[in-house]
Order: sequence, then C-alpha cells, then structure tokens
Amino acid sequence: MTTIAPHRRKRSLAPYALLIPTVIVLLLAMGYPLAWQLSTSLQKFGLAQQFGQPAEFVGLGNYIALATDPYLWTVVGRSLLFCLTAAALTMAVGTLLALLMRVLPAAVRVILQIALLLAWAMPVVAAMTVWNWLFDWRRGVVNWLLSAVGLPFEQHNWLQSPLSFYFVAVVIVVWMSVPFVAFSLFAGLTQVPDEVLEAAQMDGASPAQRFWRITVPIIRPVISIVLLLQVIWDLRVFTQIKLLQDAGSIASETNLLGTYIYQLGAGSSDFGTASAVSIFVLVLTVGISWFYIRSMLKEDAA
Amino acid sequence: MSSAKQVSIRGRSRYSTSKIVFSIVALVVAAVWFFPVYWMINSSLLSNVVLSSTTPTFFPDLLHGGGSLDNFATVFQGGSFLPALGMSVLIALIVVVVCLLFAFLAAVAISRFRFRGRTSFVLAILFVQMLPAEGLFIAQYKLMASVDLLNTVIGISILYIASVVPFTIWMLRGFVAGIPAELEEAAMVDGLSRTQAFLRITFPLLAPGLVASGVYAFLQSWNEFTVALVVLPDQASQTLPLWLRGFIQSSASKAIDWGQVMAASTLVAIPVIVFFLLVQGRMTSGLVGGAVKG
Repeated sequence: MTTIAPHRRKRSLAPYALLIPTVIVLLLAMGYPLAWQLSTSLQKFGLAQQFGQPAEFVGLGNYIALATDPYLWTVVGRSLLFCLTAAALTMAVGTLLALLMRVLPAAVRVILQIALLLAWAMPVVAAMTVWNWLFDWRRGVVNWLLSAVGLPFEQHNWLQSPLSFYFVAVVIVVWMSVPFVAFSLFAGLTQVPDEVLEAAQMDGASPAQRFWRITVPIIRPVISIVLLLQVIWDLRVFTQIKLLQDAGSIASETNLLGTYIYQLGAGSSDFGTASAVSIFVLVLTVGISWFYIRSMLKEDAA
Repeated sequence: MSSAKQVSIRGRSRYSTSKIVFSIVALVVAAVWFFPVYWMINSSLLSNVVLSSTTPTFFPDLLHGGGSLDNFATVFQGGSFLPALGMSVLIALIVVVVCLLFAFLAAVAISRFRFRGRTSFVLAILFVQMLPAEGLFIAQYKLMASVDLLNTVIGISILYIASVVPFTIWMLRGFVAGIPAELEEAAMVDGLSRTQAFLRITFPLLAPGLVASGVYAFLQSWNEFTVALVVLPDQASQTLPLWLRGFIQSSASKAIDWGQVMAASTLVAIPVIVFFLLVQGRMTSGLVGGAVKG
C-alpha cells in the first residue's frame, strides 16, 4: 500500500492537495457539528443557555435521564417497528415486481417500469402533498372510494389515531421505496443464467425451489445491500412523518426518532437531550451501515 | 443460442394462461403506482368548485372547458412562489457547481493516485454519506446560528455541499477509474504534459459522468427538506419544499384549494422528473455498486 512509484515521488503531495476542498467542507459542516453535539450531549443545555448562561457539565446525565425515560423507549420501539414493517413490505413487493418483470411481455414490462420510475422520481415533499390530498378527510379520493364500495369511511380522519396514521405512513414509504428495490433486483436477476434454471426445471425443481435454491443465492449480494439501505432509510424516516403530522395529528403520539429530535431541539430548545438522542441515532445507523460500507470498500479494491 | 430457443418455446406454450394473468397483475400494479402522479396533474387542472364536489372528477373534461391552467397562473401570481423558486434555483446552482469541482478533484485523487491515507479517506466519505441528516441537524442549526448564517443561501449551501459531495465523489470515482490511465500515458509519450493529457484526453471522456453527478447533486439540493426546515426558519428565505409544506400545514386547520397546491407540486416535480429519468440508471448502480459487478 505504501509503495509509491519512484517517478511519481515528486508528485506525492498532489493527491492530498486535491482532497483539501472536500476535507475542509466536511470538517466545517459535519465534523464541527458532530463535535459540538458530542460535548453538548454531556451538558445541561436548555433555554437558559440559549440566553447566555454557561452550560453545566453533567457527564452522562442526559443519557441516563433518557435511558430511564419510558417515552424514549416508546419512540425507539415505534421506530424499529415502523422500520421493520416498511422495509419488509418494500422488499417483498419489490422482489415480486422484479420477478414479474422477468416474465412479462416487453410492452407490459415497459408500462410497469414507466409507472415505477415516475413514482420514484417524485420529489418527496410534492409526493407528500399529493398523499395528503388523497387521504384528505373532507374530499380525499381514498375515503370516496372506500365509501363507494360500502365501507363506513365518509369523513374518516386517517391521521387522528396513531395506528391509522402509521398505516398511511407505511403505504407512502412503501410506494416511494419499491421502485428502487424492484429495479435493483431486476438488474440483479439478469445475472442468473437461464441455463441453470432450465437444468433445474428439467430435474424436476418446482418454481419455488428454483427461486429459493438458485435465484436467491446468486443475487444474495444485491438483496443484502438493498435490504440494508432500506433499513437505514426507514429508520431515519423524517420528512414523511413530519409532513403527515403537519396535516393534523398529535405529534407526541406519532413521533419517531427523527421527529422526536426535531421536537426536542427546535421545539423545546432542550439541546442537551436532543444531542444525546442524535448521538444514539448516529451510533445506531453507523452500526448498521458498517456492513454496507464494507461491501462498498470491496468494490473499491476491485 | 439453443437455450434462448427453449425459453421462447416454453414461453409460448404457457402464453394463454400465466402470461395473461401476469400482464393483468402488472397493469394493475402500474396503475396503483402511477395514480398519485396522475392525481396530482389531474387535480392541478381542475377548479376549486369542481374539486369541492362530493364525487371526484377523474378526467378533466377538456373538450367542454372543464380543465384549465388557471391554477398555475394563480400560483405564479401568488407572490410567494417566485421568491421560493429563486431561492431553490440559486442554492441548487451553487451546490452543483461547487460539488462537481470538489468531487472531481477528490475523485482524481482516489482513482489516479495510490497514497497513504487513501483507504481511510474512502472509508470516511462512505461513512459520512450514511450519516442521517436527522442525527446532525440540531447541531448544524446551532452552528449556523452562531456564525449568523441562518436563513442565508451561503449557510445552507455549505451544509448541502457537505452532504452531497461524498456520493458525488463515489459516482465520479467510477467514471474516472473507467478511463484507462494508459490513454493519458500514451498522450504523454506523444509529448503532452500530464495536465494537457488530462484536459484533452480524459476530461472529454468524463463528460457523461459529470452530467450524471451534477444531476444527482441538483436533485438532492432541490428536494431537500429536513435541513432546510431547521436552517431556513424565516418565511422570506424558504425553498420550494418548505413553501409546499405551508399548504400542508394550512390544510390541517381549514379546507384549502387543492387544485392550486397540486399545480404548485406539479411545478416543483416537473424538473425533477425530467432530470431523474436521465440519470436513474447511474444512481442505482452507484448505490448498489458493491453488489452488481458487470
């Protein structure tokens, strides 16, 4: 690794010079806030400190207060449950659609792909205004449709009870995430040689056996990366939850980790606690991301 | 060859049953995924009177003057759209230009040089790329407040550049590495300097990569909501996503003109959809690059 070709020795400072701008901007916008957050999470830093009072060092006080706060664990539990539900559904639907694309006539496949691409391309906030309109309790088309088939959904407010709030949120997140999964797995499936599947079929393997014994092992690397990204993205979900809350639900009953941090920091100016929860979220994501980063490093070495 | 033939024969023999069922399922799924996009455009063409009726209108009656672009006109005349558009465009421009420059330099460094600390740097950008905005935005808010850069284009641009540049480097790295260094070396044998060889040979070949990464940076900055929410609290400095959020907020307390909101959303979405379709393939292969090797 340390071998530098002799004729390049006089340029050996060049790569460092090329990295300077990136390193500076990362240190400024990420490194400093991260350091501030670490130190603030060890302080009592609330409204009083906003107005100039020196912050008191409390060690792990914020963390201990959090760990013994049942509300935090409620939010963590909700976040995990939401993340696992959304990621599992996304993976299941995405995989089925990828397999479906393989057997469709070309024209139908293109129609399906265009529909998925358009959904994928929608900016998240624009998509959220549409979904809020679809689920609007006064004149939303979802209530109209359900009432039209005879269900009691006239003027039904979806965002009022936490359970149906999360149902709507999962529907939206799955709608947004499925295209990425379907396209990635579809690309992966093209690597499964037809000959092998043919041979297995001749040997009497059922479609399910062919899928689980041949297809899945071959595309396992793609599946694991896509699943990992889904888990990470669904764990940190913020925009969708925040914008559904904005449309009229009680934040404390529907908070996930992202919106909880926002409420602590931007809402009640409790920066010490907000920092501690942020650190917790960072550690959690970095821990899960490690597997993803390892596989990307392998590609870099290749 | 022979296996391809076998597949097609098998396919044909099953044509009547499973192919048709699969096609119907696929068309239903396509309709479900497309519907919200359709509904946005459909509603944007309808007047508030039509939208207020208890039965939804599924197709604007264009022939009898049922649909119009009035909502779009109202949005433009509204007074708050154009400042938000200006803000979004300005930030996106800065982010794209600066990101491309920084990322290009870094991508050259990591794909053309072997140096001490290279692996650590690659590791660092992969880590930074995975950091959730939600884990840092309160601290970034305090940072911006302490240097008086809240509600400023410069402030949010710095934060966006830092969050976008890692993946841009990662994307560009693939493009730079895809151009064989031998090309440059051959040009240098023919008498060009290293810089000349780079500018004349490598740079033109890199254009598609720069376009793809530039579009990626544009999309990230144009769509970003989380960081903007905390760093741009003033109404006067809001970007398009924050401006759209205003409508959602007011829908909580009163019946709002959804036709206008959908027209506004359509305006925000159109550039994104166009650009996104251009680079979708490259972004996907960048994200799952470790898994799909050609």
